[in-house]
Amino acid sequence: MSTTLRPTPSPNHAQIRTALARVRGLGSAKEGTDHFWRQRVTAVANLFLVIFAVCLVLRLVGTDYAEARAVLASPLVTVALAMLIVSGVIHMRLGMQTVIEDYIHSEGAKVVALMANTFFAIAIGATCILAVLKLGFGG
Amino acid sequence: MASAKPSAGSPRPISPHLQIYSPLINMVSSIVHRITGVALYFGTLLLAWWLVAAASGPAAYAYASWIFNSPFGLLVLFGYTWALFHHMFGGLRHLIWDTGRGFDLDTVDRMCWFSIIGSVSLTILVWAAILFS
Ligand code: HEM
Repeated sequence: MSTTLRPTPSPNHAQIRTALARVRGLGSAKEGTDHFWRQRVTAVANLFLVIFAVCLVLRLVGTDYAEARAVLASPLVTVALAMLIVSGVIHMRLGMQTVIEDYIHSEGAKVVALMANTFFAIAIGATCILAVLKLGFGG
Repeated sequence: MASAKPSAGSPRPISPHLQIYSPLINMVSSIVHRITGVALYFGTLLLAWWLVAAASGPAAYAYASWIFNSPFGLLVLFGYTWALFHHMFGGLRHLIWDTGRGFDLDTVDRMCWFSIIGSVSLTILVWAAILFS
């Protein structure tokens, strides 16, 4: 008992956790490294999609409405914009979650802020996707 | 050394907080990555508005274009462009760190300066293309 070679951060914790919980290793939020990983995957996706979006904006400079609609109706643009929106809102929701958890410590305000964060991300995502699809189908 | 107001007994030392240190490029880059992330977050409202306007019809699109082309609109878009590029380079730096590389202070500082110079250059380049096209 008294001769462990490596430091045990929390002896109580070590005793309470079952072997299965240790193997799963998902921690108290049961998410493991999911948050981190999804933030990275969407970061890489954003990297490419944001560069595409900047090129798209440059393409649209100086165009009139009809031409802009035509560009935004091309399938490649629709698909890329849809991917940017999905990747972007997942990424920004995860990022804002970290910011909220870092700065808001009272439990009630934190829960409200986290919920508002999710609602905002989904509202932006749904609105943008609808607009992009409408543009894509030429409606 | 700074010490906390004692509630009981002798004053105890506290660790110096952020404002004690003179800012270094790495800490400034770190907080700027967060600030630009949050700015981009709320800036998605502009993207949503522009997409909805485009999908709604010529009148809504003309109105959005008019706002975006006003001096204030251009200023906001200019700032958004820089925030996007700086966050992109900052994110790239994080991704490099995630591979376990680039942690020595020289490399950290160089990557931070690279994000600043890179983001300012790209912003100017994009806006030169926009304004002089
Ligand atoms: C351009 C490509 C982008 C890349 C490569 C990228 C990369 C990253 C990475 C790696 C992080 C994690 C930083 C950390 O662990 O401390 C991060 C955080 C964040 N990102 Fe992005 N990102 C990109 C675009 C965006 C966009 C478009 C938005 C918003 C719409 C956004 C919003 C955020 C927010 C709010 C955070 C949290 C900041 C923090 O915790 O300090 N990012 N980004």
